[in-house]
Amino acid sequence: MSEIILSAKGLTKTYRQRGGRFGFGTTLVKALDDVSVEVKQGTTLAVVGESGSGKSTLARCLLQLQPLDKGEVLFEGRDLAALSGSHLRAARRHLQMVFQDPFASLNPRMKVGDIVAEGLVIHRLGNADERRAKVQAMLQRVGLSAADMGKYPHEFSGGQRQRVGIARALILEPRVVVCDEPVSALDVSIQAQILLLLKELQREMGLSYLFISHDLRVVRHIADEVAVMHKGRVVERGDVASLYANPQQEYTRNLLNSIPGRHRQAS
Amino acid sequence: MTELLRIADLTVAPASLPQRLLVDGVSFAIAAGRTTCVVGESGSGKSLTALSVMGLLPGALRRASGSIQFQGKELTGYSSEQMQDIRGKRIGMIFQEPMTSLNPVLNIGFQIGESLTAHLGLTGKALKSRVDALLEQVGIPVARAGSYPDELSGGQRQRVMIAMAIACEPAMLIADEPTTALDVTVQAQILTLLAELKQRMNMGMLFITHDFGVVADIADDVAVMFRGRIVESGPVESVLGNPQHPYTKALLDCVPDAEGKKPLKPIDYDWLEETA
Repeated sequence: MSEIILSAKGLTKTYRQRGGRFGFGTTLVKALDDVSVEVKQGTTLAVVGESGSGKSTLARCLLQLQPLDKGEVLFEGRDLAALSGSHLRAARRHLQMVFQDPFASLNPRMKVGDIVAEGLVIHRLGNADERRAKVQAMLQRVGLSAADMGKYPHEFSGGQRQRVGIARALILEPRVVVCDEPVSALDVSIQAQILLLLKELQREMGLSYLFISHDLRVVRHIADEVAVMHKGRVVERGDVASLYANPQQEYTRNLLNSIPGRHRQAS
Repeated sequence: MTELLRIADLTVAPASLPQRLLVDGVSFAIAAGRTTCVVGESGSGKSLTALSVMGLLPGALRRASGSIQFQGKELTGYSSEQMQDIRGKRIGMIFQEPMTSLNPVLNIGFQIGESLTAHLGLTGKALKSRVDALLEQVGIPVARAGSYPDELSGGQRQRVMIAMAIACEPAMLIADEPTTALDVTVQAQILTLLAELKQRMNMGMLFITHDFGVVADIADDVAVMFRGRIVESGPVESVLGNPQHPYTKALLDCVPDAEGKKPLKPIDYDWLEETA
């Protein structure tokens, strides 16, 4: 049950940033500084932090969308950082991503059916008829209809687009899904729908999530475990209930105290 | 309590489609020293309500009917020159994204001083000392007056926006999602600053937000908007603690709580349509 499916050890990533008044000179920014996280099979690890904490860099480095300076990413026992080309592509089938902005992450010139089917095509899974049937079933599962296959992304609302993004990630039957702020661009009522959908799909398909978010209320709801990031480091981690009830670090306490509405509710 | 603003039966529609009401019969009042939060989802009409008060509706939209009284004077008949004298002087404004509201090629001291020169005719030493005092009030070191917006963090930029908004000591502040783009710890600081300034200057505040957590922190009164209408309004304790309208209840049920005790329940709009 608590088998570790994805583990990152000692991830380090440094960016060069142009600095100074006219952009001469460079400064080094440590986006990830010796970061280690583990995702257990069938559970959700939430990575929380403020902007610039390195949480999105972590997501990208885990998927090898960005090269690491140092560290290893073990997925089903293999080090992804050491894989390249076709081996990496094969491993990524089981490691998918859902992005924050459902407006920017869907190609506006592709029909939704083709967007969702693209992964199947790339991984050469099934023939055209089988792919079609699969896309149809997946769209229905995330709350869209078969008729939506022929539509373009602009014909959908933000919440529906995020459903397309989820269908695209899940059609390859991944083991781990990295969700980078999947609900932060959505209205609160749509946010609730998408969070519930993600939870249902997790149960049905045995998914493990790495869930990146800046919203501590959302994290409290979706996560089993939490890692708090600050300035490129994981400053605290633990299971969600005890970390929220009894934060050990000053930074975590400050973060939790800043949740809007908390004081009024408590008093 | 002195009443500052009274909006009665405000209606806004596109000029080309007058029957499509984006704001539909909105009425509420704000007294000095009180904060009214208008809360709703995107498209509910909350920002259009605020823009109507300032006379800044986008060109394609028209105020179809209704009255907006500020300090006993009817604003709806005012010319754009008269409105300019109100905006920035007697009604301060803060918007969501400070970077798009600040001029990148002018330093922040100059930008804070602009409205002081325009509205109060301050120049020279008097201007500088007033700008310094404002910077101090919003918690920015006076030495940063010569800084440019890109040299500041998001929270500092929003503090600059607040300094500009309160520069002429307005009777009322209109804030449209002023903390939405900020990190949660910075948001908490800005909300505290706004509450302090409101108290000290006895301002009335019209605060637009989509976040019930923020409402709980800053509001005295709440108006919940849904599809252009206010469906429920009242003191914050009763609206949040004992909501009456099905939409308010449903919207509160979507908000995840920090304790993780409450199950999430998305809004069933079909059901809502039948009951409401």
